[in-house]
Amino acid sequence: MAQVVGLPRLSPTMEEGTLTRWAKREGDDIAVDDLIAEVETDKATMEWRAFDRTVLLKILVAEGATVAPDTPVAIFGGRGEDISSLLSPVQSADSTREAPPPAKKAEQPAQQPTGRVPASPSVRRLARERGVDLHAVQGSGPGGRIVQRDMERLALQPSGTENAPLAGARADRSEVSASTARPAPVAVPLSSMRRTIARRLVESKQNVPHFYLSADVRVDALLSTRQELNALLAEKNEKISLNDMLIRVCASALRRVPSVNASFTDDAILQHQVIDISVAVALPDGLVTPVVRDADKKGLLEIAREVRELAAQARQKKLKPEQMSGGTFSISNLGMYGVDEFAAVINPPEGAIVAVGAVREVPALRDNELRTERCLRLTLSCDHRVVDGAAGAEWLAAARQLIESPLQLML
Amino acid sequence: MSEEMERDDRVFVIGEEVGYYQGAYKVTQGLLERFGERRVVDAPIAEAGFAGLAVGAAMVGLRPIVEFMTWNFSLVAFDQIVNNAAKMHQMSAGQLRVPVVFRGPNASARQVAAQHSHAVEPFYCNVPGLRVVYPSTPRDAKGLLKTAIRDDSPVVFLEGETLYGLQGDVPEPEADELIPFGSAKLVREGHHVTVVSFGRPMPMLTKLADELEREGISLELIDARSLRPLDTATIVASVKKTNRCVVVHEHWPYGGPGAEIVDCVQREAFDYLDAPILRASNLDVPMPYALELENEVIVGPERVRAALRQVLYLD
Repeated sequence: MAQVVGLPRLSPTMEEGTLTRWAKREGDDIAVDDLIAEVETDKATMEWRAFDRTVLLKILVAEGATVAPDTPVAIFGGRGEDISSLLSPVQSADSTREAPPPAKKAEQPAQQPTGRVPASPSVRRLARERGVDLHAVQGSGPGGRIVQRDMERLALQPSGTENAPLAGARADRSEVSASTARPAPVAVPLSSMRRTIARRLVESKQNVPHFYLSADVRVDALLSTRQELNALLAEKNEKISLNDMLIRVCASALRRVPSVNASFTDDAILQHQVIDISVAVALPDGLVTPVVRDADKKGLLEIAREVRELAAQARQKKLKPEQMSGGTFSISNLGMYGVDEFAAVINPPEGAIVAVGAVREVPALRDNELRTERCLRLTLSCDHRVVDGAAGAEWLAAARQLIESPLQLML
Repeated sequence: MSEEMERDDRVFVIGEEVGYYQGAYKVTQGLLERFGERRVVDAPIAEAGFAGLAVGAAMVGLRPIVEFMTWNFSLVAFDQIVNNAAKMHQMSAGQLRVPVVFRGPNASARQVAAQHSHAVEPFYCNVPGLRVVYPSTPRDAKGLLKTAIRDDSPVVFLEGETLYGLQGDVPEPEADELIPFGSAKLVREGHHVTVVSFGRPMPMLTKLADELEREGISLELIDARSLRPLDTATIVASVKKTNRCVVVHEHWPYGGPGAEIVDCVQREAFDYLDAPILRASNLDVPMPYALELENEVIVGPERVRAALRQVLYLD
């Protein structure tokens, strides 16, 4: 029997999903485990696969539309089944009287960059006046229609409450644009990832009392160890990066100072029994933090391989939510961009994050002799509810010791 | 009416029970005593007859006011109103004028069934040559009635049957306040959505606007009050401000002044609309007798709310 199918909840924290691609067309057979569509959630592009054999009778949501879980997106059923009774309640909800032919809305062409974008007349007028490309705006109205509030969200128009009688306002606006003729900002719609980053970082900065501890550490020993290891690995065509080594350093330091490997909750401090390091990976439109599990128990090569694989998946947006959640400590490295030092924002519910700066050559006085040493700046951001200054300092000291005599990593 | 009868002795009232019974709804109470049988005329139960008589009287210089006991009964006088009152001016090449006012209670009076619950505004609004007004407050009723009586064209003057009990201040006779046709009234300023209505739903909408204000939704409420001619400028200006429009009317949904308002808004405010213009109206069935069913058919606050939520994209 035909039934309306809502957007499945593809991860536990999913609040909305963007239907980036329908893998099936209307009328296609669907076999068990067939890919039905790809859905971009707050964390990754997820695959929606079939649990049962069925036929895709109708697509209700165009590609590119963002909807909440359980919003009707398709009708499944037997081939040739009459679905008109299902269509009308889904699609004519916006008509108090006789509904228009229901097919219209569902058959809207997918939102191609050049195709027609559903938008209300007033939005079209605003877009004309302000030179906004509506393809870049995400619609929240029925069928993805762009309505005024979507434009307001882009801060391209005064909020509804301030609407002056528009005859006057309109004239003012055109005068302004004629006299100054400066291009309006281009609206880049928020991706799910961007929304998530914004939400989580505001949450972190508002709720987590950050404090920061910095120290320069000498990395000559670590770098020469790396050089030796990479020489050994050269014939296998593998490599260990400085960052891979620092992941291992962080993990070992956490084992020595477990109080930093903890999370704050309202009732208790959760002392983590595993050491899972989140590694910040930059992407063109944001960043993700895939997790290296049990980093304290893994060899450098294993860590190197894993990070390389996770980063590749991240760039293809193929990371699964479980690969990006549940870390206990984060590492963020901007050294390769020439940043000497920076303070990172804690990734809740983790209790701390370390920011790694660039390797610098510095003059150092050793045994009354002036020589050149290489060092880098570590900055530890701590959640003061969990980690006190002394504990943070202790961790930093442990990290320094491990970096400066890296043979300890073998112990 | 009495003020106008005082002012102009060509004005007279004719209808069923308007004299000795003092009016079926007591609208003509005291008039017989004051103006006598020549100017307050009890007619037989024959609407076509006395409506025709009034049209003829108007053509030769009097200014009759025809009271229909209810507008339902005007349907037997439809020919007189549509073919004679409305057409004579044009067909006589301007030689004849028909300054007659047809008035009486309109729309459902609660539990009087399908034949006695007509909302006649769509019928008469469709006739060029007629003017149609539908006040919703005592003050508007007085001002518009005075204008209607002094107007040289035939006027269909609709009174909400259930609005007869409504009390409100009206100007003193000396004020002689006339409300011109074709002027809508901005009842309440708001910024989220324009609600246009007329006649009986108005008190319900005023109450609803109060409720919605508390819920954070601000209605701009317009009483069209003159349906033909229609004050499109006031309505369009408001929709340009709010970008949304819901039309509420008690007549049936197919066509009529409600649809006319939608048409004018979509034409003149097209580039300002953020949502389709919706209507909330009676359901499209003959009025049932049973109270529960009647309540279901007549437009009420829930149907208006649903339309408002939709144009505000709140669902």
